[in-house]
Amino acid sequence: MTKAPSLPGGPVRRLAGLLHRRPGLRLSVLLSAPLLWLIVAYLGALAALLLSAFWTTNVFTGDVVKQFNTENFRALLTEEVYRRIALRSIGVAALVTIVDAVIAFPVAFCMAKLASPRAQRWLVIGILTPLWASYLVKAYAWRVMLSGSGLLNWAVEPFGLSGPGYGLTAVVITLAYLWLPYMILPIYAGLERLPNSLLDASADLGASAFRTFRTVIWPVAFPAVVAGSIFTFSLSLGDFISVKIVGGAGQLIGNVVYDNIGAANNLPFAAAVATVPVAVMMIYLVAVRRTGALENL
Amino acid sequence: MRSMRIALTAVAAVVLVAGCGGEDSGSASPAGGGGAAGGFNPPNIPAAQSVGQGEGQVNLVAWAGYAEDGSNDKSVDWVTPFEKQTGCKVNTKVAGTSDEMVSLMKTGQYDAVSASGDASLRLIAGGDVAPVNTSLVPNYADVFPGLKNKPWNTINGKSYGIPHGRGANLLMWRTDKVKPAPDSWGVVFDANSPYKGKVTAYDSPIYIADAALYLMATQPALGIKNPYALDQKQFDAAVSLLKQQKTIVGEYWSDYTKEIQAFKSGDSVVGTTWQVIANLAQGEKAPVEATLPKEGATGWSDTWMVAAKAQHPNCAYKWLDWIVSPKVNAQVAEWFGEAPSNSKACQETSDKKHCETFHAADEPYWTKVHYWNTPIAQCLDGRKDVTCVDYSKWTQAWTSIKG
Repeated sequence: MTKAPSLPGGPVRRLAGLLHRRPGLRLSVLLSAPLLWLIVAYLGALAALLLSAFWTTNVFTGDVVKQFNTENFRALLTEEVYRRIALRSIGVAALVTIVDAVIAFPVAFCMAKLASPRAQRWLVIGILTPLWASYLVKAYAWRVMLSGSGLLNWAVEPFGLSGPGYGLTAVVITLAYLWLPYMILPIYAGLERLPNSLLDASADLGASAFRTFRTVIWPVAFPAVVAGSIFTFSLSLGDFISVKIVGGAGQLIGNVVYDNIGAANNLPFAAAVATVPVAVMMIYLVAVRRTGALENL
Repeated sequence: MRSMRIALTAVAAVVLVAGCGGEDSGSASPAGGGGAAGGFNPPNIPAAQSVGQGEGQVNLVAWAGYAEDGSNDKSVDWVTPFEKQTGCKVNTKVAGTSDEMVSLMKTGQYDAVSASGDASLRLIAGGDVAPVNTSLVPNYADVFPGLKNKPWNTINGKSYGIPHGRGANLLMWRTDKVKPAPDSWGVVFDANSPYKGKVTAYDSPIYIADAALYLMATQPALGIKNPYALDQKQFDAAVSLLKQQKTIVGEYWSDYTKEIQAFKSGDSVVGTTWQVIANLAQGEKAPVEATLPKEGATGWSDTWMVAAKAQHPNCAYKWLDWIVSPKVNAQVAEWFGEAPSNSKACQETSDKKHCETFHAADEPYWTKVHYWNTPIAQCLDGRKDVTCVDYSKWTQAWTSIKG
């Protein structure tokens, strides 16, 4: 009698065999590391944020009191100033998104449909290059340009106009500039997938330029625009530095969070305030999910 | 196009991560600790009795510019000579705000800190710093008497630190735009100010004290004795004054380069400032002047304190003595732009007029300056029949002032 041939090789081979026979196990081992990262580092942080929002601080020592308490949310909902700031932040973020979409669409269309492949490459590089410069440098550059004695005023003065000065308008201009590449690139990617033949067919069938845009280009590009808007909207909603630099006496939701951490050491209240943009973004993401925008990211 | 999308997502991810990281670093641990609510009885921690051999190193928490080792400017270096002389290697952690200082000291990894008045009380109450035996710091004898035994560095007669230097928050204006030259804070609080939209104010809850200080002079009926000890009624008056001021403010500043630029370009023509900012703006040819208005002003007075659980107490004491020694104190004061605390430092400054410019020996000038202090529920002015509004309320009020 010869012994039945045992599984060949050492433990490594046996493990490989096991994984081969059990695809479910294989998949779970493969996914466990990234899932752990997602759950612990990302969702865990969000959960910690939400949890600490229900704590308070001791008014004398500033220590965090870890006792369930809805006081922060009560203040957030009942005090008028926070509602006003939240609405203002959402308004600024929406305005930045619209301005970016209006500017980005023609640029992206030119890049995708009119430029030669060689020019396209250079244009993409050109759009990406500003992202290499520091955020602060760009924001301060706008501060200088928007100043009363700055470039913008100098340019419009001959026409009897004056620049916007520091304030919310300046914030919208600066943020729209900062986040423009995040809008151009998804739209460009979306338009690239639109076959030129469709445009030709539309023209051959006698559609005007506007009709072609409305019935052929826009339906294809819309999810891409929404994808870009996720970037511009969320980035604007969380911003607190531009406001400090060009916002004059204004403040947005990010500043309230920052002031409560940096100045008051009131971490629980800052956490409560920080849940507002998280909630707004969640609603936004759920709303845009149906457009297919998330596949365009 | 797939690679493009991946690249884009990666870029966005990096931006998001960077953004989150930035916010995280500010959160650290909360301030304060110990101390019973309603009373101010610091934990009983003994002061050092002698200074022995150095331990080889010392870990400091300091404001930017307080512990220069020549890495910013080769000629600005008082750390290297200290290391050579004492054998204590200096490790400096620069903090940006008083709150950050409190958080860092709570980690227990540092031996000494340069605390402003709005941090020192919290450190003392939390038991994070020990009383300082001033007889072990020989140069303490030469410190201006006006800086010793103050509420922010001394509790119940026990000294908790060595004064480092002081400065006032001044009123600065553009000489070509603001006429006549102002001598009162009224120009930045008056709702009908001709400089509407060009007024600037300091962007911090502690600025509420500036309004309180102005009310102290203009509305004596409120009975404000100390701008950091406000009961609810006084506090509400200060807040409503600031809400009125908001209508004429062009912008708030907390970054001093931003203010210099605003005054240079004329976007701001009048507002609160520090002496060092006025000097720098004048250096850049901006036509500005700064003065201490007749109502007085708020200001800061920094104190070097020793950690309660210092691992290198001997080196910490050596550092305290070094930083207030005449020559070094003069160097720090000139680099940072403030009044030195050591009276003998005035002969050591390279600009012989430095002490004059910064009013180092001008005690009548300083009696008009109310140094930053931490507002706590127990009134700092000694009133027992009311509770005062604490700093966390100040912060929330600051948010509603800015709207």
